[in-house]
Amino acid sequence: MLQLVLFFVFGTIAVAAAVNLLAQRHPINSALSLIVVMASVAALFLLMGAEFLAAIQVIVYAGAIMVLFVFVIMLLNAGEEERTPGSRIAKLLGFPAVVLLAGFLAWTLVTRNPYPVAVNLTGRFVGSPALIAQLLFRDFLLPFEVTSVLILIAIMGAVVLASSAGTTAGPGSPERPPAKRES
Amino acid sequence: MLTITTFVIVSVIKIVIALAVLLTAVAYSTWLERKLVGHIQNRWGPQRVGPFGLLQPLADGLKFIFKEDLTPPQAYKTLYIAAPILSLALALTSISLVPIGNWVTVGGVETPLEITDVNIGLLIILGITSLGVYGIALAGWSSNSKYSLLGSLRASAQMVSYEIALGLSLVGVLIMSGSLNLREIVEAQGGHIAGFIPRWNIFRWPTQIVAFFIYLAAAFAETNRVPFDLPEAETELVAGYHTEYSSMKFAMFFMAEYANMITVACIATLLFLGGWYGPAFGPWWLENLLPVFWFALKVFCFIFLYIWIRGTLPRFRYDQLMAFGWKFLFPIAVANVLLTSLIVALQK
Repeated sequence: MLQLVLFFVFGTIAVAAAVNLLAQRHPINSALSLIVVMASVAALFLLMGAEFLAAIQVIVYAGAIMVLFVFVIMLLNAGEEERTPGSRIAKLLGFPAVVLLAGFLAWTLVTRNPYPVAVNLTGRFVGSPALIAQLLFRDFLLPFEVTSVLILIAIMGAVVLASSAGTTAGPGSPERPPAKRES
Repeated sequence: MLTITTFVIVSVIKIVIALAVLLTAVAYSTWLERKLVGHIQNRWGPQRVGPFGLLQPLADGLKFIFKEDLTPPQAYKTLYIAAPILSLALALTSISLVPIGNWVTVGGVETPLEITDVNIGLLIILGITSLGVYGIALAGWSSNSKYSLLGSLRASAQMVSYEIALGLSLVGVLIMSGSLNLREIVEAQGGHIAGFIPRWNIFRWPTQIVAFFIYLAAAFAETNRVPFDLPEAETELVAGYHTEYSSMKFAMFFMAEYANMITVACIATLLFLGGWYGPAFGPWWLENLLPVFWFALKVFCFIFLYIWIRGTLPRFRYDQLMAFGWKFLFPIAVANVLLTSLIVALQK
């Protein structure tokens, strides 16, 4: 009972913060809303019993990646978003598209889901650190290592972009924010 | 079996006690710092208010409350107010997961000597401290002052960099104890090696001494203390990220810094220095009280070391700080993880 209440509380917070992320016009407010989304999703993981996943969600997403986002916003001193004709068209097309997509996804999940009650919102999810480590380092070792190579390539690409940006263009050229993001 | 009412009552009592103890400890760390640094510099330190200046923290608190609370007109108001609150709240939250002793039975209710016992306590503490960077980053940005912004940029870069070395230095301990639960990590350190050396993690293998010093250096950087206090380097940045803050808002940053120091000291004690283990003897009440005393003593020694270093070392240059973190601490921490896992694998 309490778990169900908490599920709805954190679910509502997550959705509200996500909507706020889109509605805010200052990038720092959007970034902070995204942190709230991450934190409440971590709380949802915790409710499912996936405590390790919850902790990693906070440490990696809220504690590291979003810090870099905020860092970049602060460094570039990004101001308020401006309205342009392009953004008006995006607004006109975007909102119906989002409603359509969300409705389609919800409809698929409700009607086509072969396990209608298998989404265990508040149960005992088996996800201890040891089990996750066994999956990552034994059963799915190859995909895991391949992913790390992929990230390595991304880092090298970022370094190349950053160094070439330093010689041809000045600092703060558009290549730099992606470079931050990948590291 | 615990009913929900007793659980709530016991939890509230524990929270109140933990907060009171922590805030007192924070207040008296400032006193200790002023006194010790004073003596290191051949001064007396605070001695006017109360015996040995012991009431000085109280006077400081009163002063903070009566100071004028200024907000720069160009500041981003919401975040400017939220930043110190966030800092202090996160700093105070992490203490709830720190076990300071064994289970005790009070009036028929058995309870652990910590607010809550979580399976992955260490990860949650790391998560909370990793969020602490937002308080500082937002404070600097929302003040709309170049000194504050530079300070907070330095702080966030520094904290993100040193977090890696900090986390990796703890992996060795986790491999040895095979748990993320702080209580189990401490319980794996009971007993003695060769009859007299306590079986604390720091003494078990030489690699762990290295890990301890990596942790020490990274923890100093994480808490923005000398020699890594570049975010508030007063010779360059006035006061760094809290330049524009005054009155209680400044006091909140100040308290958060000391609460973070205490948390870091608690984690070092739990992971490397055997937690509450130490000689326990005498009647039952003394036997129950001594572990808490040993824990407090170890934390005190760590804080003492913190202040001693502050009184001894000069500040790093910023490029030295980054080079030290990435080119020195990080490789050593990785090597330590590899070596420790090799030893553990060979022992099995």
